[in-house]
Amino acid sequence: MPVPALSEADLDRRKNVGINLETVTHVQSTDFPGHYPGEDHSWSLEKFRNNLRVEFHHNDQYDASFSLIGVDAAIANAFRRILISEVPSLAIEYVFIHNNTSIIQDEVLAHRLGLVPLTGDKAGLNWLKWFKKPTEEDPEGSEPSDYNTVVMKLQVACSRNPAAARGETDPTKLFHNAHVYAHQLTFHPAGRQRDYFSSPEGAIRSFHPNILLAKLRPGQEIDLEMHCIKGIGADHAKFSPVATASYRLFPDIKIMRPILGDDAVKFQTCFPKGVIALEDVTEEEASRVGSGYEGHVGEKKAVVVNPYKDTVSRECLRHDEFKDKVKLGRVRDHFIFHVESTGQYDSDELFIESVKVLKVKCQRMKRSLASMMR
Amino acid sequence: MLNIQDLEALFQTHYEGKSLTDPISTAKDKWNLLPAFLKVKGLVKQHIDSFNYFVEVELKKIVQANKKVLSDVEPQFYLKYTDIWVGSPERLDADGEDQITPNECRLRDMTYAAPVFVAIEYVRGKSVVKRPRVPIGRLPIMLRSSKCVLSNKSESEMAILNECPLDPGGYFIVNGTEKVILVQEQLSKNRVIVEAEPKKGIVQASVTSSTHERKSKSYVILKKDRIYLRHNVLNEDVPIVLVLKAMGIQSDHEILLLVAGIDNVYQDDFSVNFEECAKLGVHTQQQALEYLGARIKITRKPIGSGALKRNYTQEALEALASVIITHVPVRGLNFRPKALYVAFMVRRVLMTMHDPNMVDDRDYVGNKRLELAGQLLSLLFEDLFKKFNHDLKMNIDKVLKKPNRTQEFDAFEHMQVHGNYITQGMNRAISTGNWNLKRFKMERAGVTHVLSRLSYISALGMMTRISSQFEKTRKVSGPRALQPSQFGMLCPSDTPEGEACGLVKNLALMTHITTDDEEAPVIKLVFVLGAEDIAAISGRVVYGQGAYIIFINGTPIALTRQPKQFLNGFRKFRRMGRVSEFVSIYINHHHHAVHIATDEGRICRPLIVVENGKSRVTARHLQALRKGELQFDDFLSRGLVEYLDVNEENDSNIAIYEKDINPSTTHLEIEPFTVLGAVAGLIPYPHHNQSPRNTYQCAMGKQAIGAIAHNQFLRIDTLLYLMVYPQKPMVKTRTIELIKYDKLPAGQNATVAVMSYSGYDIEDALVLNKASCDRGFGRCQVFRKYATQLKKYPNGTMDRVGDRHEENGAPIKKHALLDTDGLAAVGDKVSSGEVYIMKQTPLNTSASGLGSDYGTNEYRDTPMTYRLPDPSYVDKVMISQTEAEATLLKIQTRQTRRPELGDKFSSRHGQKGVVGIIAEQADMPFNDQGIVPDIIMNPHGFPSRMTVGKMLELVSGKAGVLSGNLQYGTAFGGSKVEDMGNILINKGFSYSGKDYLTSGITGEALPAYVFFGPIYYQKLKHMVQDKMHSRSRGPRAILTRQPTEGRSRDGGLRLGEMERDCLIAYGASQLLLERLMLSSDKHEVDICETCGLMGYQNWCQNCKSSKAVVKMMIPYAAKLLIQELLSMNVLARLKLEDEFPA
Repeated sequence: MPVPALSEADLDRRKNVGINLETVTHVQSTDFPGHYPGEDHSWSLEKFRNNLRVEFHHNDQYDASFSLIGVDAAIANAFRRILISEVPSLAIEYVFIHNNTSIIQDEVLAHRLGLVPLTGDKAGLNWLKWFKKPTEEDPEGSEPSDYNTVVMKLQVACSRNPAAARGETDPTKLFHNAHVYAHQLTFHPAGRQRDYFSSPEGAIRSFHPNILLAKLRPGQEIDLEMHCIKGIGADHAKFSPVATASYRLFPDIKIMRPILGDDAVKFQTCFPKGVIALEDVTEEEASRVGSGYEGHVGEKKAVVVNPYKDTVSRECLRHDEFKDKVKLGRVRDHFIFHVESTGQYDSDELFIESVKVLKVKCQRMKRSLASMMR
Repeated sequence: MLNIQDLEALFQTHYEGKSLTDPISTAKDKWNLLPAFLKVKGLVKQHIDSFNYFVEVELKKIVQANKKVLSDVEPQFYLKYTDIWVGSPERLDADGEDQITPNECRLRDMTYAAPVFVAIEYVRGKSVVKRPRVPIGRLPIMLRSSKCVLSNKSESEMAILNECPLDPGGYFIVNGTEKVILVQEQLSKNRVIVEAEPKKGIVQASVTSSTHERKSKSYVILKKDRIYLRHNVLNEDVPIVLVLKAMGIQSDHEILLLVAGIDNVYQDDFSVNFEECAKLGVHTQQQALEYLGARIKITRKPIGSGALKRNYTQEALEALASVIITHVPVRGLNFRPKALYVAFMVRRVLMTMHDPNMVDDRDYVGNKRLELAGQLLSLLFEDLFKKFNHDLKMNIDKVLKKPNRTQEFDAFEHMQVHGNYITQGMNRAISTGNWNLKRFKMERAGVTHVLSRLSYISALGMMTRISSQFEKTRKVSGPRALQPSQFGMLCPSDTPEGEACGLVKNLALMTHITTDDEEAPVIKLVFVLGAEDIAAISGRVVYGQGAYIIFINGTPIALTRQPKQFLNGFRKFRRMGRVSEFVSIYINHHHHAVHIATDEGRICRPLIVVENGKSRVTARHLQALRKGELQFDDFLSRGLVEYLDVNEENDSNIAIYEKDINPSTTHLEIEPFTVLGAVAGLIPYPHHNQSPRNTYQCAMGKQAIGAIAHNQFLRIDTLLYLMVYPQKPMVKTRTIELIKYDKLPAGQNATVAVMSYSGYDIEDALVLNKASCDRGFGRCQVFRKYATQLKKYPNGTMDRVGDRHEENGAPIKKHALLDTDGLAAVGDKVSSGEVYIMKQTPLNTSASGLGSDYGTNEYRDTPMTYRLPDPSYVDKVMISQTEAEATLLKIQTRQTRRPELGDKFSSRHGQKGVVGIIAEQADMPFNDQGIVPDIIMNPHGFPSRMTVGKMLELVSGKAGVLSGNLQYGTAFGGSKVEDMGNILINKGFSYSGKDYLTSGITGEALPAYVFFGPIYYQKLKHMVQDKMHSRSRGPRAILTRQPTEGRSRDGGLRLGEMERDCLIAYGASQLLLERLMLSSDKHEVDICETCGLMGYQNWCQNCKSSKAVVKMMIPYAAKLLIQELLSMNVLARLKLEDEFPA
C-alpha cells in the first residue's frame, strides 16, 4: 500500500509529544501503536530489530542510565513497573526479639531493620527460593529452610567506655555501642548457604554499613534474630530492588525562526548548561534569502547542541520574545531510563531481570489464552 | 543566668543567612527583639508571673490583712501571724530525700505541692510564745514558677529530673493530672461603664466595685429625665441629689457645679433633680441620711444579743462609707472623694444624654481585665485562710469557755488539728474546677481544665487560651466579633468554631498581662508633676476650659491644665524606670481626662519607642543584643522599648515598618507577625489564605499527631498519640522557631501532586502512596494507660494481685500473658479478652474481726481484661504507691499503626481529608527524576477554599528541597515567591512549580503539567481503627432489653426518628416493625381479653382464669411503660381486636 505524503506537522505529531506552555499534546498513542489507518505498518521482527536501539549514557554498578529507543510507552512502562514491584529481592521479614531494652520500640526497630538493603553473593541470591508466607487459606506456609530463609542476628549491648576522656560529652566516645549500625547485623549461614555465601564479599550483609538502626545507653541491649526472605516490591517497598526506576522522554527543541544577539544569550539561560550553544551567523546563512539571517552576519545565534541535558523546564515558553520561534517536544519512543539499584543486583542486570519477568508473564498469558480457547 | 539554648536561636546563621558579623539593618532585624522578649517572658509567662506574684506578694498581703485571731471569751488571748512563706515542693511521705519532681507526681498520682509556713506569736497562759515555722497547709505549685524545682534549671538538669525543657509550664499537677487554670476574661472592675438604651430613654453609669472585703455594683441611672442612684442594699432608687447631700455636699449650687460645671446645657438638664429632692423635703445631710437609712435592706442578722440596733442615720453612714462604691475609701467620714466620684458618674450620664456616642463599649478590650491563676488562687486562699482562722477561733473559744482546764491551753495544738483544711480546699478547687467562695458569692465551675497533651501545640495552645464569662448559649454577635482593639493582643485566627466561637480567644505572641502595682507612688508622682489635688477644687474649675482631670484606676484624684505635657512628663519617668513599666497613661479627649492605670489583668505588649521621627532602637542596639551584651530588660530600662496596654495603644500612633514613620508617629511595631498567636503562627503564608482557613487550621493543629515532649516516653498518659518519624516543616515560620515547634514537630513533609486520580479522591479524599506508607509515612503510635489501685478495706484486708489459673500445668488461655507476679510482662502482645492484671478482692471487706465475726479469708477474682478489638503490646508496667500508701499499678499499652483507608490527614491550611485509596507506587505518576508523590490531592480543593498560602508553601518547599535549605513562610514576610521561582528555574524546573508527569499506569505523559512539591501534612488523631464498628447481634441493656448504645459497648446502630419518618412516609410498615420491635426488644406477653391486663403462663391473675388469655408480641419497652404506670396507680388496659375482622 502506498504511503501517503505526510506533512511536516503530521510527522512531528507522530514522532513527538508536544510540550506547550500549559499543556502536553499528543500524549496518547493509538490502540495499535505505530499503526495508522490506510498505511501499512505490519509488524515484522526485522523492522523492530532495526528500529530498536539501546544506548548507555552511563553504567555504574548501581546507577545506570540508558536510552531505550523504538518501543511503545506501554512496553517501557511495563519494564519500569516490573523493576519497581516485581523483580524479587531479599529483605528482612521476620524479627524475633529476645531482648530489646533500647528506647526504640520493638515494632519500630523491626520496621527499620526491614528497610535495610541487603546484599550478598548473587549466585546465592538467585539460588534462593520463595518462602511462602502463611495465609488464611494456607495457615502453614513454608517451613523455613536453607533454600528459602536467611538468618541474621543482632546482638549489641551498650557499656561505658572506661578509656573515655574526662568531660567527654560525645556519647559515641563515652560509651561502647552507643550507636547501633547496620554493619553490626551478623549473618548465620545454614546448610547449603555456606557454599554460596561463604566468602567475605559474598556474605549476606547490609549494603550500606552505616545505617543507624538504634541508639543505646549503658545497660541497654538489643538481642534479636531475623529471617530474611525473598519478596517483591508489590508486597512491601523493602523488597523493591531499585531505589527508583523511571524514564523520561528524550527532549526535542526546535528553533523555528532564528534567535539572535541578546535574545540568543537569554535563550541559552532558559536551558541548563550545554543544551544551547551560541554560534556566529555565517556569511552563507546570511546570504540565504528568507532564512531570517539576512544582515546578521557575525551575530550570535542560538543552536541546539545537546537536548539530552534539557530538563524541560519550559522556561523559554514563558518569554514573549521566543514565542513562535521555538517549539518544544519530546520524542515519543525514546525513553531515557534511569535505574538506581539498592545494592542487591547491578543496575543493568536488573533491567535484564525485568525483561525476563515480562517474558515469563507473556508466556503465562499465552498459556492461559491457549487453555481458554480449548 | 544566660541560657545557651535560647541564645542559640539568636545566633543561628540560617535566619535569612545572617550571622554575627553580617551587617544589621534596623528595618529588617528588629524582630531580633522577639526572641529576646520570649527569652525573658516566655509563652506562658503571664501564668507564671501571676503565680509568682501571688506567692511572693499577695500571700503576705492576705495574711497581713487577717493577721490576728482573737477570742470572744478571753480578752487577753491573741494569736498573731507575723509572716508567711511557701517552701519548696516536697514529698508528704518524706523518706530521706524529700524534694519531689513533677514527673514523679504525674506517675504516682500525687499532688505537686509545697508546704506553706507561717510564723506565729500567741498567748499561752501568761506568756507570749513565738513559733517561727508552723506549716498550715500545702499549696499546689505551678510548674516553672519561682517555687518550682524546675525554675532556673538548665536543659541537662531538666533531663535529670525527667522533665522536658520545652514544656512551657504554667500548670499544676493535682492527683497526678495536669490542670490548667484558664485565663478568665471579665469586664474591668472599679471602672465606670456608661450604657444607654435609647428606646427606653435609659442611660446608666455603672461601676463594679471590688475590694478585698466586699464586691458590689452601683448604678447612676437616668429614668424619666431624672437621675437616681441604684444599689443592691437600697430598696428603691434614690434621687442623686439626695445622695450627694447625704455625702455632705449640702449646697445645691455646689452640687450643680460638681455635676454640670458652668455649662448651661448640662445645668438645665440637671436642675430637675433638685426639684425631686426638694419635693421629698430633704435639705440637709441629716435629712438625707434619715431618708437613705430608711431604705436600706437589713440583711444582716443581729450579731448576738450584745450588738446594738443602729438607727437610720448610722445605717446610712455605714452603707455610704463601706457598701456603696466601696473601692473609693472614706477616711474619717470624709465623703468628699466619694461624692466627687458620684458626681463624675452623674456627669457621664449627662454627657451621654446629649451625645449617645459617649457610651462605653463593653466589648472594647481596654474595658476588659484578664483574671489569671494567681488572682483566682489568692481569692481561694483568702477564703480558706479566713475560714481556717474562724474555725480556729471557734475552737479556741470552746476550750477557753471551760472554767477548769486540765492542761495549759496551747493554741498551737488546735492549729495542727485544722492542718488539712487549706490543703484540701486548694486541691479540691483545682482538681474539680469549682471555685465556690461564700464571701464573694462566687460560684464558678469549669475554671480549671485538664491540660491537653494531644500534641505540643495543643498543650501550648491551652496555656494561651482565654475563656470568657459570657454565656455560650446566647446568640449575640457583639462579644464574639473581632474587635479592632484586639490588634496585637489577641490572635485574630485562633478561636474555636461553633458555640464558643469568639468567646474563647487566644493571646497573641508578644502579649503580657499586668500584675498589680502600688498606687501610692504613682499618686505621689502625679503631684510631683504639678497636678492639683481635686478634692480642694470647685466644680467651676474642674470643668473649666482646658482642665483635664487625672484619674488613677478610674478614681479622680487631680487636675491639670497641660495634659499633654503632663503625659509626656509621666512617660519620661516611666521610661526612666521611676514607675513600673506596666503603668499606663493615656488621654481621653472626649472626657477631658487623663487616665493612669496600675491595676492587674490589663493586656499589654511591647513596642519600640519612636522619638522625633526616629526609632530609638538602632542597629547598634541590635548588634549588642546579638552579642548578648544587651537583654530585653535593658531595652526596657533604657526606654528603647515600652509596654503599652490597650488604652494607651489606642492613644498612640504606631508605625508598622520603619519606612512608615512620620512626624506624628509615637511607636514602631517590633514585628507584624506577632499579631498572631502561637498556634496560628504555624501556618505558612497565612496572609495569603482566606481567613476562616487559618481558623480551621488553628483547631486542627491541636489534633495533629507528633512529638509531644522530650520526656514523652517517660510519661504514662491515659491516651497518648505519637508519630514515629515526625519531621520539621520544609517551610517554617519565625513563630515555629520561637515556640520550638521544629524541635517537637507534628507532621511530615509529603511530596504532593495536585491532580485528579482514579475518582477515589473526590470530596477532599487523598490518595496515598503505598510504598511511602511502607517506608514509614504517617506511621503513628497509640499509648493507653490502664491503672488500678490495690485498695485497703476497713477490716484490715486489702486487694492483692493473684496467681494465674493453670490447667495441666499450663496457664489457661486468657491468663497466658500473666507472669508469675500476676501482671502482663513488657513486650507481650495483649489481645481482646486477655487478662493483664490478675487483681483479687477479698470476699469479706466489712467484718470487724472482733469476737466470732471472722468472715472468710477467701478472695474473688477481679481481673482487668483487655477489651479493645485490636491487639496492643505492653509498653510499660509501673508498680508504685500513692500518697495514701495504696499500691498503684499502671500498665501502658502501645499500638503502632500505619495509615489506612479513612485515616484523617490535613495540611497546615485548614484542608483536611481522609485517605480514599492507597495506591501502588508503580501506579503513581512520576516526574522526570522518577520522583513519585506521597500524596495526591484533588485540585478541586483549591478554588472554593482559596488557600493560596498552601500553593506558596508548595513552591517555597520545592525551592527549599532543591537548594538544600529551609524556607520561611512567616506571616507578612517570608520567602518571596519570585525568589522561589528563580530557584526552581535555576534547578531546571518550571518557575510555576508545575512538573511534566508521566502516568504510572499507561506510561504516557499526562496531558497537563501538575503542581508538584512538598507540603507539610499532619496526621490527625481521628483514625478508622478507633471508630470502626458494626454489629449483627450483641448485648442488650438490662432495663429496656434494647440493644446497647455505642462502640465501646458493642452497641447497635440506631434507626432514629428521622429514619423512622422516612419509612413511615414510604409506607414500609413491615420493615418498620422489624427494625423497631422484632430486631430490638420484642417480648411475648399474655393478655387477658376480659380485663385487658397482663397475665403470665397463660393465666390472668386478675380474673383468676385462663379463659380469655391470649399471647401477643409487644416491645419490651411498652410492657415496661404499662407496668411503670401501674406502679403509679395508673391502669392501662389493653383492648385487643382483630386486625383483619372477618
